[in-house]
Amino acid sequence: MGEFLNIFIKSAFIENMVLAYFLGMCSFLAVSKTLSTATGLGLAVIFVLGITMPINWLINEYVLIPAELEFLRFILFIAVIASTVQLVEMVIEKFSPGLYAALGIFLPLITVNCAILGGSLFMVSREYNLTESIAFGLGGGFGWFLAIIALAAIRERIRYSNVPPALRGLGMAFLITGLMGIAFLSLTGIDPAVFAGWSEVPAE
Amino acid sequence: MAESTELKTGVVADPKKPAEKEPLFGKKEKILITDPLLDNNPITIQVLGVCSALAVTSLVYPSLVMAVAVIFVTGMSSFATSLMRNIIPKAVRLIVQLVIIATLVTLVNEALKVLAFPVYKQLSVYIGLIITNCIVMGRLEAFAMANKPWRALLDGIGNGLGYGLILVAVGVVRELFGKGSLFAGSPIAMNIIGPSNDTTQYWINTAADSGFGTYFSWYANNNLMVLPAAAMFVIAVFIWVQRSYNTKLVDAS
Repeated sequence: MGEFLNIFIKSAFIENMVLAYFLGMCSFLAVSKTLSTATGLGLAVIFVLGITMPINWLINEYVLIPAELEFLRFILFIAVIASTVQLVEMVIEKFSPGLYAALGIFLPLITVNCAILGGSLFMVSREYNLTESIAFGLGGGFGWFLAIIALAAIRERIRYSNVPPALRGLGMAFLITGLMGIAFLSLTGIDPAVFAGWSEVPAE
Repeated sequence: MAESTELKTGVVADPKKPAEKEPLFGKKEKILITDPLLDNNPITIQVLGVCSALAVTSLVYPSLVMAVAVIFVTGMSSFATSLMRNIIPKAVRLIVQLVIIATLVTLVNEALKVLAFPVYKQLSVYIGLIITNCIVMGRLEAFAMANKPWRALLDGIGNGLGYGLILVAVGVVRELFGKGSLFAGSPIAMNIIGPSNDTTQYWINTAADSGFGTYFSWYANNNLMVLPAAAMFVIAVFIWVQRSYNTKLVDAS
């Protein structure tokens, strides 16, 4: 449990996917104009990351590595992501029309969101195990969600400000993201190792 | 069209010559290459492909390698898709495109692993992320599915160049001001500005006892430029400058 929390906190705050690794930047900038759509996309990203990460881990561990087919990793991962997104879309449509209405149009977009494929590739290069990769998926998704709703809220406010014409829209979004990245740097002070020994926090 | 002019002028056409031969590299082809460099730049105007690339721009050399990889993938995938555009069923075209791109990226990945292992390590997952780079997919959907292979190839290369231009420009700004060097890690590594000592000599020496350093010994590398956030600021400044010169590009909303 401690290890799970450790990776979750680390991937959500300290090594935030958007602000530290620029993953999923395209949809991050394009879909952050209003808060409601940003929330929808953020939730969809948490959902899909949490599901595809363990599936890709299993495929990598039990199919690719024993068969020595590591060079097929890109093609297989992207196929898994595309089909999972399709599958998730159909399941949600059947069982929860409310959630489907909320996530609907964002789910297909997610196939080409680099945060999803990037997460799976990071998982391989950092040699996570199954629980760690689930924690990384959920944490990374949560961090992405936090970042996009923060940017959307700021952009909604900034619409009423007097921004220089040449910076309006895209330029301002870049600047805000940069500033948010610096703000998130202050979270580096969180020591995730404390969560690893959850029960034995050193008393000082 | 060609026949009617022949009738009027009375010139006998060479039968071996194709009826409507377009120049191999005419005006239209030139626009395909030059337009994405500035006025229709994939990063600053179309906002495509910002994803995978910003993190590699803290040094020039990896950005250059990344740019070459992306130019190869955009060009070749546009070419391949355009060759197959008439036999790809509409319903599964996205999956076919993804497979084409993933195959090319795998090629680039394996080639880099052999040719330049240190850079391959530095770029880590970002080479793989060219697959989900929106420029590639965007150009396939918008151009290659509706145009002939030669033009699609040029369009792909043009967009790759526009992307690479921004990437290398950001890399130059960040490395020069963040580390004082250029092309670090490559065979032509250069030390541009900084205090020289026994091990490293800089072109512009800011050590206190040198000529330049008498006045500029306060200069220090800006560590902000090494942070990921600096890439955002540098691109924001590029956008600002570009849209100030060309007011047609300003966002209306």
